[in-house]
Amino acid sequence: MKKEKRQNAAADILRACLKNKAALIPGIIILIVIALSVFGPLLTHYDETSQDLLNRLMPPGNGHIFGTDELGRDVFTRVLYGTRVSLLVALLPTALAVAAGCAAGVCAAEFKGATDFIIMRLADIMLSIPGMLLAMVVLYTLGGSLTSVVISLVLIEWGGIAVVVRTATLEIRESEFVEAAVSTGAGRFRVMMRHILPNLVPTLIVLFTLNIPSSILSESGLSFLGIGIQPPDVSLGLMAGSSRQYLFQMPHLALAPAGMIMVLVLSFNFLGDALRDILDPGRRTL
Amino acid sequence: MKGLAGRIIGVIVVLIGVVALIFVMLRIIPGDPASVLLNEHVSQANIDRLTRTMGLDRSLPEQFFGYLAGVLHGDFGRSYYIQQPVSNLIMEALPFTIKLTLLSIAFAWTFGIISGVASAMYNEHIIDYLFRGAALLGISVPVFMVALLLQYIFYFRLSIFPLTYDGSFASLILPAIALGWNSAGSIARLMRSELMEELDAPYMDTAKAKGLSYRKAVLVHALRNAALPVISLMALQLSGMLSGAVITESIFSIPGLGKLALTALQTRDMPLLQGTVLFTAFLIALGNICADLINTLLNPRLRTG
Repeated sequence: MKKEKRQNAAADILRACLKNKAALIPGIIILIVIALSVFGPLLTHYDETSQDLLNRLMPPGNGHIFGTDELGRDVFTRVLYGTRVSLLVALLPTALAVAAGCAAGVCAAEFKGATDFIIMRLADIMLSIPGMLLAMVVLYTLGGSLTSVVISLVLIEWGGIAVVVRTATLEIRESEFVEAAVSTGAGRFRVMMRHILPNLVPTLIVLFTLNIPSSILSESGLSFLGIGIQPPDVSLGLMAGSSRQYLFQMPHLALAPAGMIMVLVLSFNFLGDALRDILDPGRRTL
Repeated sequence: MKGLAGRIIGVIVVLIGVVALIFVMLRIIPGDPASVLLNEHVSQANIDRLTRTMGLDRSLPEQFFGYLAGVLHGDFGRSYYIQQPVSNLIMEALPFTIKLTLLSIAFAWTFGIISGVASAMYNEHIIDYLFRGAALLGISVPVFMVALLLQYIFYFRLSIFPLTYDGSFASLILPAIALGWNSAGSIARLMRSELMEELDAPYMDTAKAKGLSYRKAVLVHALRNAALPVISLMALQLSGMLSGAVITESIFSIPGLGKLALTALQTRDMPLLQGTVLFTAFLIALGNICADLINTLLNPRLRTG
């Protein structure tokens, strides 16, 4: 009975999204991009790393939709593979940061006192270091790789999420149903799991969607500078960074991957805005 | 002003935390920093000597409190690679970053506020959609893409501006636009939503009943109230701008703080990286306190707090 109710809530959100054009269109674009990057190998007969030095820096056309790069690799294929990394970076660190931020925020609001003070000061510390520079500290210690980029993104993002979740939890704790649960003898853990967490879900979904763009942009920036993801791994930011010197002869080499980043980020921003309107009409655009 | 004193103490606590965090994060690296810095053909005696001069033979807490005491005196240690005090290098780089940041803040405020106000005043009109689309595009474009596009159009195609920084004001304009682009987008979005809320407030009816024109009522009354959250956002954006400065300064070859941090990372210069990161955290703390002060000055409701 209870389970059915929860499924209905999820179905309601989905139905509202399908009805809302502002959510539907970016959602479809994101699905198309995901499909392109997953089924990419079927669309092209090139390899993302195989070099063809006789056909370096070819203009678009001749079987290469976006031409070839400085090592003769097919740019279209590399964009498809780079999109996989962008999507991974969009989803994994953001999900981890939301989980960590949610745990920290709920604990701070629940336990108050010293726990609250320590967690919130830790979040303040993280928030007072510019994200890029915090990431550079992590990359100094761990070296540039996908894993260290994921770790730095989680470190950058959890603090801001914890602050929002803490406020939301304090608000929920004031509500009558929590009071009712406590007065019927529900323990602290039960109140947290059964009453507070389910009511945080809309906030968490919105936080998740709105943090995805900054994850993608941070990763691409770090890789662009050559300190994030390292070759032979493919990343859109890395492609744009290594094609920079050919900007004036072959602008599409840098702009094709950058444009893909823009399409992804734009879609996630649109979707995040729409989801917030659907789930949480009270809150305003930031 | 009691609230302000409390804020400043809070900021100092957080800054000490930042020093500790960065200090520990840079030192959990495996291996001996002195031998990493020199290559493997160097004798153990030389490695030991470098370890001593770098103070790495002392215990970690000793090193930390030594460093903290130094930082309080403005001493951030000595750069491994450039063989100069880190504080000197930071002070040399600082003016460039300040110039770049101020110029891009000016750009972001002007563009963000104008388009935010225009899109709120012409709500659901074609102008609104255009500005809203532009703002959403603004927050969705990677900094490096804006920078490369600007270089392509304004240097290569039109040759109006120089390609990289050469000390002139004109050569700072493209980097400032590239850096301010994202902020302009988010300022416009917040400005619009705040102003929309104020437009429904009862005092707007009063203003209209008094005979003020709509435009005047918006610009004189609503804008003043809507400005407060926007000013807070601007302080938050300082952090994003310093992040973006790493990319912008690298693309346009500006010898500022971001470039310094990148060089430090690339040459594995730990004291320099540590000093630069800490210094940016100080700048952000300073920016937050300034935003608090401005908010208190503009909003009488906060003064008694």
